[in-house]
Amino acid sequence: MRDFLQNNACGDLLGNEAQQQFAMKFELSAAAAEGEILTLGFLPARYQRNRKMLSLPQQLKLHQSCVAVAGCGGLGGYVIEELARLGVGKIIALDPDIFEAHNLNRQLLATSDQLGKPKAEAAAQRVALVNPAVELIAIQAALETNNGPQLLKTAHLVVDAVDSVAARLEIGSLCRQQNLPLVHGAIAGWYGQVTTVLPGDRTLETLYRHWQGGKGIEAELGNPAFTPALVASLQVAEAVKILLATGDLLQNRVLTLDLLRMSVETIDLIN
Amino acid sequence: MKLTIKLFATFRQGRFDIAEREFAPGTTVGQIVDQLDLPREKLGILMVNSRHVQLERVMAEGETLAIFPLVGGG
Repeated sequence: MRDFLQNNACGDLLGNEAQQQFAMKFELSAAAAEGEILTLGFLPARYQRNRKMLSLPQQLKLHQSCVAVAGCGGLGGYVIEELARLGVGKIIALDPDIFEAHNLNRQLLATSDQLGKPKAEAAAQRVALVNPAVELIAIQAALETNNGPQLLKTAHLVVDAVDSVAARLEIGSLCRQQNLPLVHGAIAGWYGQVTTVLPGDRTLETLYRHWQGGKGIEAELGNPAFTPALVASLQVAEAVKILLATGDLLQNRVLTLDLLRMSVETIDLIN
Repeated sequence: MKLTIKLFATFRQGRFDIAEREFAPGTTVGQIVDQLDLPREKLGILMVNSRHVQLERVMAEGETLAIFPLVGGG
């Protein structure tokens, strides 16, 4: 394998075509081939613009990581897209819903031809096009207390991209039980918030202390195209830092965005 | 005592963005929320000095209280 890579790489960069030939020659899946390539110290060319900020061992670490994304709508579509482009090796995408016309204004995976089709399946189709080395497990169901322990067995962290407070609190409690970090994002109109919940923290219970059922202000404001893209990107930045154990996390802090006034606040949640 | 109140997002509608107001000593965050007619079930973050506080928190002269509505969409 090393000989093939040395003969076909440009320095340590392996082109897309050579990567496919490598997989075929050694009868490996795209995912397995990528693992071998990175382990042998070569970098798939698609990641060359990552390399000034992510080292080869870090790129391999992402390849060996599994992230569960609860929700494949406004936030989830962008989260999945970015995780796949980063080269996170396994993504578990969960959503019980199908696409409807009102998703088209903002959800990356919502295209005219996907109307009426399951969101989780659209995530699988998209990731297969974007990065075949990423394994996407599509689950057409919500992440809940009863299915969570089984579905999250291989996950290293969970991204909260759902659209109801009840579901968020249930996922928060599930992650605490399963000892998994959770990256929370929520949006409403021009506004958004992001925080990271590490096992043992009760951040979502603090944020939603006053909630008594129903929706937040998103019920009156709706959601435009740009807020989910932005909040999802912040969530992915947190997810990458957790996977690579680097940087400063929004643990016990919530970052709030007001895009109407272009103001960002970071608020401590511990008194 | 003089307090600064900052409202965010939809809480600004029909109220204000930021206002300096006089309150009786010992006033709590919850009392201010009620005086401003903010629905308690729609409250998100309540912030004093960059920290999230409870409704029972007693305000002190010169402090700034920021009130955010609950955000839950995805």
